[in-house]
Amino acid sequence: MLAPWFGVLAAAFCAAGLYIGFFIAPTDHQQGEAYRIIFIHVPAAWMSMFLYLVMAFWAGVGLMFNTRLSGMMASALAPTGALFTFIALWTGSLWGKPTWGTWWVWDARLTSELILLFLYFGFMALQAAIDEPRRADRAGAVLALTGVVNIPIIYFSVRWWNTLHQGASVSLTSAPTMAATMFAGMVVMAFGFWFYSIATALARARCIILERERATDWVADYARVPK
Amino acid sequence: MNWGGWSDFFAMGGYALYVWGSYAVTLGLMVMEIVLLALRGRSIHGELGRARKRGGP
Repeated sequence: MLAPWFGVLAAAFCAAGLYIGFFIAPTDHQQGEAYRIIFIHVPAAWMSMFLYLVMAFWAGVGLMFNTRLSGMMASALAPTGALFTFIALWTGSLWGKPTWGTWWVWDARLTSELILLFLYFGFMALQAAIDEPRRADRAGAVLALTGVVNIPIIYFSVRWWNTLHQGASVSLTSAPTMAATMFAGMVVMAFGFWFYSIATALARARCIILERERATDWVADYARVPK
Repeated sequence: MNWGGWSDFFAMGGYALYVWGSYAVTLGLMVMEIVLLALRGRSIHGELGRARKRGGP
């Protein structure tokens, strides 16, 4: 029921973020206008990692306490996480071509992000392959928790290896090395994507709950409530 | 203000393909996800409605 409200918030933040990104943030003196891809690339990459951690958290809770709802939350997050991972890769590719001269390199950052996409796909395929939902949840949880090791690899890849991908412009310990308006646009877009993820995950969780519990009395009661 | 006019804006300083290619695909995928979710929700609600008419699932 809350999903549409988060959707409205997402639309508002994305609109504000795009306005800042296109009309207030100045042209980059090195990359010209190509850098404006940053306003989706970086927030999408943040979300791809963040959603994976949240998904693995719910999967882990489900595995430990054997709660049904946590498994459903994990399943609800996976497609949105995969979506943002794909967007990060796609926009990165379109950004790499004009700035690095190539669509793709087998660089540590890019490769580990691609592995993240395969982890999401693997999680969804594994769950889809197992008929019994509880077993599917447990198998998915083991995969999701194993894959968590990839997240710090993605995050620190630009520091650990000599990569073509640039280092982090934003960190928790120092001021961002970019114009304040560029940074603001990025953060506002990140909030927009974050609300979008909450909205889609809630909507999907609702579908999953109704689909899985359709044989129960409470869903039958719920169906009787006029909407 | 960064742009001399709309054509200037759409040209993106010569990077139109890359910038708009990024934004268009992102928007397209998000719209697709929302439509798929709406269809999925409608399908399960329709099924529950039919089950109710039959007199329970």
